[in-house]
Parts: sequence; structure tokens; C-alpha cells
Amino acid sequence: MSCCGTNPGYEELDEVSRLVSSKLAAFLKTLRDSGFAVGLAEGQDAAELMKAGYAAKPGLLRSAFKHLFSARKSDWEKFDGIFDAFWLGRRVRSRSTTSGSSKAANNPSLKTLADGQRGGGDAAIDQMPSTDDGGADRSGEGRMEGASRADNLAEVDFRKLADPAQIEEAHQAAARLARAMRTRLTRRDLARRRGYRLDLRRTIHGNISHGGVPIDLVRRQRKAKPLRLVMLLDASGSMSMYTGVFLRFIHGILDQFREAEAFLFHTRLAHVSDAMKEKDAARALDRLSIMAQGTGGGTRIGESLQTFNRWHAARVIHSRTAVMIVSDGYETGDAALLGREMAALGRRCRRIVWLNPMMAWDGYSPEARGIKAALPHVDLYAPANTLKSLTALEPYLAKL
Amino acid sequence: MKNREEIAQALAASGYIADGELATAISLMQLLKRPLLLEGEAGVGKTEVAKALASVHATELIRLQCYEGLDQSAALYEWNYQRQLLSIQAHRGDKPDDVEDQIFSEKYLLERPLLAAIRRDKPPVLLIDEIDRADDEFEAFLLELLSDFQVSIPELGTIKATTIPHVVLTSNGTRELSDALRRRCLYHYVDYPDADREARIIMARIDGAGASLSLQIARMVEGIRKEELRKVPGVAETLDWAAALVGLDVRDLHDAPETVHETLMCLLKTHEDKSRLTREVSERLLGKVA
Repeated sequence: MSCCGTNPGYEELDEVSRLVSSKLAAFLKTLRDSGFAVGLAEGQDAAELMKAGYAAKPGLLRSAFKHLFSARKSDWEKFDGIFDAFWLGRRVRSRSTTSGSSKAANNPSLKTLADGQRGGGDAAIDQMPSTDDGGADRSGEGRMEGASRADNLAEVDFRKLADPAQIEEAHQAAARLARAMRTRLTRRDLARRRGYRLDLRRTIHGNISHGGVPIDLVRRQRKAKPLRLVMLLDASGSMSMYTGVFLRFIHGILDQFREAEAFLFHTRLAHVSDAMKEKDAARALDRLSIMAQGTGGGTRIGESLQTFNRWHAARVIHSRTAVMIVSDGYETGDAALLGREMAALGRRCRRIVWLNPMMAWDGYSPEARGIKAALPHVDLYAPANTLKSLTALEPYLAKL
Repeated sequence: MKNREEIAQALAASGYIADGELATAISLMQLLKRPLLLEGEAGVGKTEVAKALASVHATELIRLQCYEGLDQSAALYEWNYQRQLLSIQAHRGDKPDDVEDQIFSEKYLLERPLLAAIRRDKPPVLLIDEIDRADDEFEAFLLELLSDFQVSIPELGTIKATTIPHVVLTSNGTRELSDALRRRCLYHYVDYPDADREARIIMARIDGAGASLSLQIARMVEGIRKEELRKVPGVAETLDWAAALVGLDVRDLHDAPETVHETLMCLLKTHEDKSRLTREVSERLLGKVA
């Protein structure tokens, strides 16, 4: 492209500026597609930059635009690539429009999950770690029988729900529960406030009529930090019967909570808060399927936690954070690593709650290597296979 | 107003070894009148940028250190309560209105960094350090101040800025900043310097550090940063270590592997990191340093 001539004369410079200006709108659109938050003000500033002669060299223009348009480290890192692709035609332009739909297509597990949500239907069965036709599963455990005697949804194990309507009902209940839990938790926080410092400014102002003698003392209260919930959900094959319900639970919590973050993991970790904040549950799950990629091959809890500790923990965890891990603890990676990372996580946050849906199964004991390594660092280890057991968590969380 | 080359020269003259793009960022700050947001790991020299900027513009540096619970009275202004109380006592017989007018006048106003920054004759550099430690409310307040550059004090009225300060914000990423604040600012990510630049920093800062020793130290630190550490050493730690080595009269790292290993405490600040960087590891790293 002609804008990359190295030493343009003044006339040529004008030419370059005009060219850049004419394509600026398209460039801004490309940036927006790649997740940059650029608005009109940035466009105007960019025009001003060109007037000031920054268009003289592509390197200079790139550096200037980079400072102007980036807003966070991820922007900063991908900007050069996008700029080069757009203005210098170095790479295919569409590359920058993030992980598109192609990935969604070859991500069967989460995709089916999303579809299952919409149909309310067979998500649980479809996702069994693929015994060819699912026949083996159907013969075992009496899933059907569970459905027939499910008068009281609250006490039925999620995996025993088979009727689509019932599953939908359970999902809705989970979402409702999550919302109710959130509001109650915050209100309790507010009630616990107590002022402990004097507000001198208001005291003096209020006591001028007493000749400055501070009679009515005005106190200050410190705003209580609301509890923050960080949820790490195991989306691996072995958990598939429960993922649906927990996703709805997470969706319900994120919906209202400003103070919550959610992550999914199987062999790697994905930050899903933004996708899950979508109001419509089905659309949220659809976005999820675009974000998460590559399932199967077991669960690497340790590695996922390591990623979490390294890249996310500093940002999402503060002193009043409870981390909720939902997983069966079948670690296919290094159990020792899991232990180490759990210890590191435990040092950072207030409480670790580990929910293991399988805990309530008859004859289950924490034998899996993963869970054995993790248990010493867990503050609460609880089953969460029914709505009732989820509800039972609330008083515990409220006390934090 | 200085152009980009002049800024680069002035930065170098002030003893700050900048990466190539910082000069652009600073010239943009002037051109667009936007604050500059610096992000990066702890210890990469974000605060130093503001100091260098102050010396480039030959102006004062006003620093506001953010912390959780930082509020208006610590950041913007505060009334001098003790003096006010005394004054009220002293004017006991006067009309209350007069007393009120008097005690809420400039004389009783204590300037805090933000107010100070907009009331100077010459635009100062305003460094708002670790903005991520302050809470959301403060961030919102700051946003308003940075767009209007005026402050309203209920008892006194609105105070308009006499000058627009050069604003530099730094963040360590302990909390996600709001998009609004990010959009208002120019963004610059400060990375660990490469070995070459770090060597030049050492030479500029530590007396008696020769070129070859500085480069060795910088390469060694570069290697250490690539190890899996809990706390990656920053530039300040490198400088400490270089000072220690120079103080112990080390001229070449290869001559004194013992000293090198023992002084690594300048770089490694947790027990875990110390035990991870064993003698073997430090010798291996030393072997890679040419």
C-alpha cells in the first residue's frame, strides 16, 4: 500500500493522510471486531494525529495508534498484528476477528450442551463420555426410574432427571436459587456495617450552631466489601451429567452479581464471565461454545488451577473472595501439581469450597488421586447433586 | 511543546533509558491532552516514567499514591479542622454567618495532591500511582476530574484548573479498571527491558559497573526471569544486585560463581523461589551468560 513509502515529501504526506483518513473508519471497525473499545473520540483524535504529521512513517503511525486505541494488555499485544494486516497487507485481514464460528463447529461437547439447553432435552444423556450409542448408560443406574418418582425436585440427584421438562425446571430452579442467594448475601453485608471513625467535616459543619463545640458527632462507616464468588466449573466428560445445571446456576449468579467471576476448565481454563453475562441463557451458552475449545482427553485440574493462579487470581481474588470449585476430582494430570496449586490458591482467598456431585453416591469415598491431593486445602467439601444441597450452601457463604 | 525526537533526547538526558515507543506516547499526551495509563508487572519502572517525564518538562512531580479506602479528603482537599475549631472559639461573640464565611475560606483549606496539581502556575506531572488499589468510586470521581479539570467544594464554590497537568496513571492489574477510564487514557504497556536496555540502565545507575559486567548481569537476570518463579525480579532488584556485586568487587560473574549464588537474595524474595534456584540452577544460568 502506498502509505508505507518511507520518506514522502509534503504533498505526498497529505496524500498519505488522506488515504489513511479515508480508510480509518474501516480500520476502527476492524479494531472493534477484535474487541477494542474504540469510539468516536478516538476517531477524532486519530484524525488529529495525522494532521500533526504522524502519518509520515508507518512505524510511527502504528506506535501512535497503538497508544491511542489500546486499552489493556491484550489489545497492546495484538495491535501490531492487526495494524500490519490492515494497512500493510501482511496477513489475512479476517484473522483478527477472533476465534470465529469454525471453532464452534468442531467443539461438539459444549455445542450439544447449548442445544440441549434450548430444547431442554437430552443434554445429559448425549454428553456421556460417548459409549457408542449410550446403551450401556441407559441400562445402568436406573435413570428412568429416578424420573418417575421425582415428586420433589429439590431432593432428586440431577443425573437422575430424564424428562426434558423436569430438567428445564431444575435448571430454572438453579438459576432462581442463584439469584436469591446473591441478593440475600448482599443485604446481610449491608446490615453488618458499623461506623467507627469520626467524620470531622460533617461534625464541624453540623455543630456550628453550638458554637463549634462538637455535640452531635457524625460517624463514618466503612463500606463493607461484598462477598465475591469465583467459580471454577469442571466441564470434562466425567462431569457431563451435572454441567448443565451448574452452568445455569453460574448464569443465574453472574446475571445479578457484579462481584462474581466464572471459569470453565477441562484440559485448559477459559474465562467465561463475559459470555455468561448474556441475559438469555441459551445465547450465553452459545457464546460459551465459541469460547471453549477442545474437550476430551481428561481433566487437568492442576494445570488449569496453575493457569488460574498465574493469570487470573491477582485480578479476580480479593480478601473477601470465596472460590467454588465444582469437580469430581478425577485428575488425569499431575496430582502433586494440583496439591501445590490448591495450596497457593488457599493462601490467596478466604475460603475454598469444593463441590463434588459424586460425593452423595452410595459407597463413594474420595479415592481419586486428585481429590486426595486437594482435600487438605479445602475449607468445605460438600456434595452438590440436588437443589437442596445447593441451597444448603447459602448459610455457609453468608458467614464469610 | 516538544516534538518526538526532542522528547527522546530529553528522556535520555534525564537518565531514563526508555524503550522506543515511550517517546511517542509522551508526545501524544501533549498533542491529545489525554492522560497516560501505564500497565506492567511490579518493578518494571512505571513510576520512573513519571519522574523522567517531570524532568523532561522541567516541572514538579505531584504524586498520589492510591490505596483501598482512599477518599476525597486524602486525595483532593481537606479543611483544617483544628484551626477551624480554634477560630470558632476565638470569635465566639461574632455573628454565626461571618464565622462560617471565615472558617470556610482558602486560608483553612488544605490542598491534597489532586487539587494541588490543577492550581500550579506551571503544569506539573501528576502521578496517580497504583490506581487499581483505589476503589471503583474513586475511579469514577477521578474520571470526572480528568475530563473537566475543575473541582467543586460545597463550602467554597467551584475551583477551575489554572493549568492542565500531565497525568500519568499506573496500574499493576490487581483489579480490572473500568472501560471508561481505559478509554480516556493513552495506553502503554511497560515490559521488562531486554538485556541490552537493562545493561544500559545498570550502567546509568550504578557507579563502577562496567559495560561487560552490566551486560552479564542483565543476561543473567533475563535467564532468571524465565525460570518459574513466584515473584519475578524487577529492574529495582537488578539494580540492587548489581550494586551488591560491584560492592563486593566482582568484575566478571564467571570468576565468582559462589558470590553470584550467595547474592541472589537481592533478586529472590520468597523462600520458595530461593529453594527453587539451587546452586545447580544458578550455575546452569551462569553458563549460558556469555
